[in-house]
Amino acid sequence: MSQVIETGKAFEFTPENVKKAKVFIAKYPKGRQQSAVMPLLDLAQRQNENWLSKEALEYVGKFLDVPYMRVLEVATFYTMYNLKPVGKYFLQLCRTTPCWLRGSDDLEAVCKNKLGISSGETTEDGMFSLLEVECLGACVNAPVVQINDDFYEDLNAENFEAVLDKLAKGEEAPKGPQIDRINSAPEGGPKTLLEKTGDA
Amino acid sequence: MLKDKDRIFTNLYGIHDWKLAGAKSRGIWDNTKALIEMGQDGIIDAIKESGLRGRGGAGFPTGLKWSFMPKESDGRPSYLVVNADESEPGTCKDREIMRFDPHRLLEGCLVAGFAMRAVAAYIYIRGEFVQEAINLEIAIQEAYEDGLIGKNASGSGYDFDIYLHRGAGAYICGEETALIESLEGNKGQPRLKPPFPANVGVWGCPSTVNNVESIAVAPEILRRGEGWFSGLGRPNNTGTKLFCISGHVNKPCNVEEEMGIPLKELIEKHAGGVRGGWDNLLAIIPGGSSVPLLPKEICDTMLMDFDSLRDAQSGLGTAAVIVMDKSTDVIRAIERLSHFYKHESCGQCTPCREGTGWMWRVMQRLVSGDAEVEEIDMLINVSKRIEGHTICALGDAAAWPIQGLVRHFRPVIEERIKSRKAARAA
Repeated sequence: MSQVIETGKAFEFTPENVKKAKVFIAKYPKGRQQSAVMPLLDLAQRQNENWLSKEALEYVGKFLDVPYMRVLEVATFYTMYNLKPVGKYFLQLCRTTPCWLRGSDDLEAVCKNKLGISSGETTEDGMFSLLEVECLGACVNAPVVQINDDFYEDLNAENFEAVLDKLAKGEEAPKGPQIDRINSAPEGGPKTLLEKTGDA
Repeated sequence: MLKDKDRIFTNLYGIHDWKLAGAKSRGIWDNTKALIEMGQDGIIDAIKESGLRGRGGAGFPTGLKWSFMPKESDGRPSYLVVNADESEPGTCKDREIMRFDPHRLLEGCLVAGFAMRAVAAYIYIRGEFVQEAINLEIAIQEAYEDGLIGKNASGSGYDFDIYLHRGAGAYICGEETALIESLEGNKGQPRLKPPFPANVGVWGCPSTVNNVESIAVAPEILRRGEGWFSGLGRPNNTGTKLFCISGHVNKPCNVEEEMGIPLKELIEKHAGGVRGGWDNLLAIIPGGSSVPLLPKEICDTMLMDFDSLRDAQSGLGTAAVIVMDKSTDVIRAIERLSHFYKHESCGQCTPCREGTGWMWRVMQRLVSGDAEVEEIDMLINVSKRIEGHTICALGDAAAWPIQGLVRHFRPVIEERIKSRKAARAA
């Protein structure tokens, strides 16, 4: 069971996020504001360096007039809510069969050898955290690692190290396929959708 | 091979502008009012006639599903809920629709929502798809600003809203009643049926949950005519389908093809063939992780549609084709899936909560060979006690890959146990 961490520091939304939270709540029918618990937890997590403290959970409960226990239930059920601090770059490494078939073990080895971390761990400098996750839903671009909000696709040990090097230096690393390829089209260029249609 | 002119998803690879101007240039939102003027019954009849079967895995006839919604309101509003929680291992097609053709989905929401007399659509997108959610949210704003949705949507006189709801990482929310629970702000644990969502769905109101692809193809079917769609594919397995080809092929990709395309042709024409050639093929999981794998000799002649794959004791599922060549440790490939189901079980039903973990632990020992041959039968026995004994199909989905493995690769498992024993004795 995940334990929630009490920081002793109050949490509240910034004025801008209060506005955003109200937009989320307005999406659902009147009296059904509990539906907004997921978007509000996400909003709180983004405001709080990508993790949720006990105070943040309590705040979301109060904001929605929903008991703390209902918020805790949701926060512990879904994998994307981080209940402890994570590194600046949160690596979610897919380990399910389609990624495994195309070498996700090699990427795990890079994390171990280069960063010195296994699943659930954070580097000492607080730059990188690793979590092994199940299918990310980008299987024809396997293997895939999600870094914060972005997917890095068609990885191998070499290009994954290059991505990590760039991030460690504070540079941007282009997301998406890391080989010469357009999104989910086959390598070497599309074989279909070549006839002129629409704005082609 | 399907001709480009018969392809629906013309921006599958994201080469063109996905925003409203680009979408319109590809024919999306072209006189949508005329589609709505077909009337509720007209739309539902056309979708029924087209033969469209749900693209999310189960293959239930889409038009029939829509017809279950109440024709007269008892005071409660009706809702369309779009299942965009794409998480079935091997599957990555709805992602492309949402990030590169979001308006096709939105137009489908309006047409389908109108046909089932819904006041609004809620699109439930998996939380990991952040960029896809951003694109979809921009497209929704564009559609509102252009009068395509909202009050008097597309000038039809019908009011219709579309909202996006992001999930937060839970495969089980792809199950329709778990998705509804999650949309209500709860843990994603499936509900007992009946009542079915068409009677009591989200917030206690009539609801229909449809896959992204099923909804996105609807306007094009209505525009080109149900006969065009039903003329593609095979009887009872009509139309086009997005296929995701992953694993040991030379060029993994997504592609839209005709239903019933031979599996070998699909892989060789579109994905550059199996790594090392067709004869280097070991097995294929033809429809996402839940369906039983097929060994090469069955793959040689297999047609990719619902009925052909069902007859081979597998399934089309989401049409996610996972290819394994002869270098694959097939026991480990399935053990990884067993871990997946253990991880994703919501914990509500005992056979699934306990059984998925038990099966994974046995599968781990089958990978190393530290098992007794009799345990293979015990594993199958336990899998049958999970299958069909849970509220939702996750229990079934956890059992089937293991059953498929034993059905087709039993000698490999036995051999590993024996050689491990021999190694220990030496």
